[in-house]
Amino acid sequence: MSDTLLNVEKLNIFFKSDKNPEPIHAVRDLSFSLKQGEMLGVVGESGSGKSITNLALMGILGDSAIIKADKCTFNNRDLLTIKESEWQKVRGGEISMIFQDPMTALNPFLTIEFQLVETILAHINCSKKEAHERAIDLLAQVGITSPKDRLKAYPFELSGGMAQRVMIAMAISTGPKLLIADEPTTALDVTIQKQILTLIKSLQEKNNMSVILVTHDLGVVSEFSERIQVMYAGEIVESGNTSDLISHHSHPYTYGLLSSRPGAIERIPKSMLPSIPGIVPAFHERPIGCQFNPRCPNVQSDCKTGAIAFSNGLRCLHPVTDKKL
Amino acid sequence: MKIFFNELYFELKKNRGAMIGIVIIFLSVIIALSAPLIAPHNPTEVFADALRLPPSFIEGGNAKFFFGTDDIGRDLLSRLIYGSRISLAVGFSVVVIALITGTFLGVVAGFYGGIIDRVIMRFTDLIMSLPSILFAIVIVAVLGPGIMNAIFAVAVVSVPNFIRIIRAQVMAEKNRQYVSAAKLFGASNFRIMFVEILPNCMAPLIVQASLGFSDGILNVAALGFLGLGAQAPMSEWGTMLSDARSFIESSPWMVTLPGVCILVTVLSFNLLGDGLRDALDPRLKKQN
Amino acid sequence: MKFFLKKFLDLIPTLFGISLICFVMIRLIPGDPVLNLVGERGVDPARYAEMKHALGLDRSIPLQFWYFIKNAVSGNLGTSIVSNNSVWAEFIERFPATFELGTFALFFATIIGIPLGIYAAIKRNSFFDYFLMSSSLVGYSMPIFWWGLILILVFSVKLGLTPVSGRIELTFDIPVFTGLYLIDTLQSSVVKSEGFAPFWSALKHLILPSIALGTIPLAVIARMTRSSMLEVLGEDYIRTAKAKGMSKTRVVYIHALRNALVPIVTTLALLFGSIITGAILTETIFSWPGIGKWIVQSITSRDYPVIQGGVLIISFVIVMTNIIVDVIYYFLNPKMRN
Repeated sequence: MSDTLLNVEKLNIFFKSDKNPEPIHAVRDLSFSLKQGEMLGVVGESGSGKSITNLALMGILGDSAIIKADKCTFNNRDLLTIKESEWQKVRGGEISMIFQDPMTALNPFLTIEFQLVETILAHINCSKKEAHERAIDLLAQVGITSPKDRLKAYPFELSGGMAQRVMIAMAISTGPKLLIADEPTTALDVTIQKQILTLIKSLQEKNNMSVILVTHDLGVVSEFSERIQVMYAGEIVESGNTSDLISHHSHPYTYGLLSSRPGAIERIPKSMLPSIPGIVPAFHERPIGCQFNPRCPNVQSDCKTGAIAFSNGLRCLHPVTDKKL
Repeated sequence: MKIFFNELYFELKKNRGAMIGIVIIFLSVIIALSAPLIAPHNPTEVFADALRLPPSFIEGGNAKFFFGTDDIGRDLLSRLIYGSRISLAVGFSVVVIALITGTFLGVVAGFYGGIIDRVIMRFTDLIMSLPSILFAIVIVAVLGPGIMNAIFAVAVVSVPNFIRIIRAQVMAEKNRQYVSAAKLFGASNFRIMFVEILPNCMAPLIVQASLGFSDGILNVAALGFLGLGAQAPMSEWGTMLSDARSFIESSPWMVTLPGVCILVTVLSFNLLGDGLRDALDPRLKKQN
Repeated sequence: MKFFLKKFLDLIPTLFGISLICFVMIRLIPGDPVLNLVGERGVDPARYAEMKHALGLDRSIPLQFWYFIKNAVSGNLGTSIVSNNSVWAEFIERFPATFELGTFALFFATIIGIPLGIYAAIKRNSFFDYFLMSSSLVGYSMPIFWWGLILILVFSVKLGLTPVSGRIELTFDIPVFTGLYLIDTLQSSVVKSEGFAPFWSALKHLILPSIALGTIPLAVIARMTRSSMLEVLGEDYIRTAKAKGMSKTRVVYIHALRNALVPIVTTLALLFGSIITGAILTETIFSWPGIGKWIVQSITSRDYPVIQGGVLIISFVIVMTNIIVDVIYYFLNPKMRN
């Protein structure tokens, strides 16, 4: 029986800016929850606020960010009020994060061993020798061959895929309850991508670890996560079980994402691939009403008047109803 | 070109330090140019009955000599004012000589590459392997002390910086399309180097010119201090400091004031140079 | 290995060039080179021919140059006109003083400059940051010889805290062991079981010149540290370190500083040249008996063998130091090793 691990209600993130007198409202009224052992896929383009939310959950957004929420609890801890010393136990110990480009995310001047061992020693009470052994074991777990030799290597000596495996090893070394994977495969070759995602999935199942998998690729998320959350311009526009969402896609944005995959819908060969026209609005240029309305094919006048409420996993007044996918 | 300078000025205005620098430089130039008008006395005039007087606002001072007098009775204020003429002229000469020589060599080295480049770079590295003052001292030792020789010596040690900067910029530019286009149109090498490429290298040149000004003033003042630069009775600030050494206990103002003048002048050029560097940096990126 | 080989191969043409400059320079000086190098005037022809032969100036120019290099390598750089000692011996006698001064100054600059730079980077755009940036700008706009005089004015003349010149009170007779007075005085005090007065005297004499000499390097190091730290702190791997739960101290000192230090080491190499330059001026002001003062005096007294030999040795030392710094850089930066 898995219970709620993470509960976020009405999370708002603002950024102080030199250029604007008012702080920029980047993420609005975000609410979602996560159960232990569950993988939540978060999909959105750059500018949707998905990465910022992750950093906010870890408390490493920086001084220019203002975070407000009604509730933000993790493992029965109130993340809004814990002190810095407690944060250092949570970060890397209970919530771990892996980043997009492993070659820049790992310290180029320190060996793999150093970076692994320091993480382990910071969160687990064991001797240096034990940490060393554990590091070798972890590297083997993530599929790195001859782990003992690899330990002495520097990050630039590894391939992208191997470096990402090392990052994953580092992230799970402390047995975290939640792993946040921020676009873990975007910087990797397509052939490696699947391997890494399968690895993350297997770790999730083996350790009953929750995962937030952030990506812009809806295909990836539908294959691996149990639940999906679609974000646009700082808001969740749709969420639900993967199977439901894919077959009963309702938000025009979700529909746009799904249909823009090559081969998704039947179309005349050699005609242009369907795509969503326009671009994500910048943080300080957000439209009134539904954030998607400038680009939405279903747009109507009531979409532009006021904020749209989120109900039944959908933030839309005129969802797509015919299911051609 | 005009757009370049307009944009540059706009960027520069945002930097408060650079603006302060410009104001000070402007004032210094005015003071230097109008020295005969504003200096109360002749800088070489000796007042035998007014030796080592303190500034007028300190006890023992004389209102006739605002900043007091030096050890042989010359008015300090007038000497300082005329000193600004010397320093600004010196800085200007050093920069002009080093800039012209350095730019020419740098463009040639960057453009032709190969053995010409290697020779010029060897030569540059050689000069740079000696600390600037030492090399300047050596040159002055050979040529004999005097302000003209000092200017020459300091210009020589300032050349390598210009060569390096221009050469790097030329090497980045010479593969650009407008160069290939010019070649196709049959432009001579000389034309390509100096008419096409050089104007696009202005940004780092301007920064270095400003910083070279301040280094030039400091180096010539150092030579003056060692007795190798401006000779008496010239009222160069460095030479004035050397004279003041023996009187540090009895007449501290003789020591403080010339140094403050050097400091303020050099500081203003450094502020300007820093500001120019900040203003031009994003431009450099834009150009690329 | 290839790296070291290349470095040494580069060394040779540079040293050759420097020797050439020194050689040519002496012969460019107005006046007769023989008389210049011996320092006498109005000699009769027989004595003149004798001197010329003794100096080797009757050989052809290329041969002269060859002998010049040959002699230099074996340590024979001529004889000082002023003191009649060998140039090399005079250098050796004075070098420890400059070494002690330069080391202490650089030590002062680093010990204070790096922490200031780190703190300014952490507290970016704070009052401290702006204050540091402005003062460091003032710091390297100052003429060093003036700054030394001001320090003397304030601390020696007005406050009477430090002596005005020299390395140690003349009443102390210290057996010279290393030439570094701080070490020699300690050793002497331990051996003789007397008080530590000589040591304190040496230290008091060393402080002010070191501060004067070290101020510009301090300004440069502080600025360099700050900008290097800022750049490193913005890197992705710092974010990862924070996300792993590393404490702020650990992030700054173990993850960031090590990488930020690399350009600082390069700066230290450049600073060495400025230390020598500064030493020339500082030693003159503080009457510090080092090679800086030696060179200046030799110029004013037209002691050409000293000028020639001194410049040669000093340049050689600087070039060697640059190579050592390159080697250190190589070891600090693992990327270079591939």
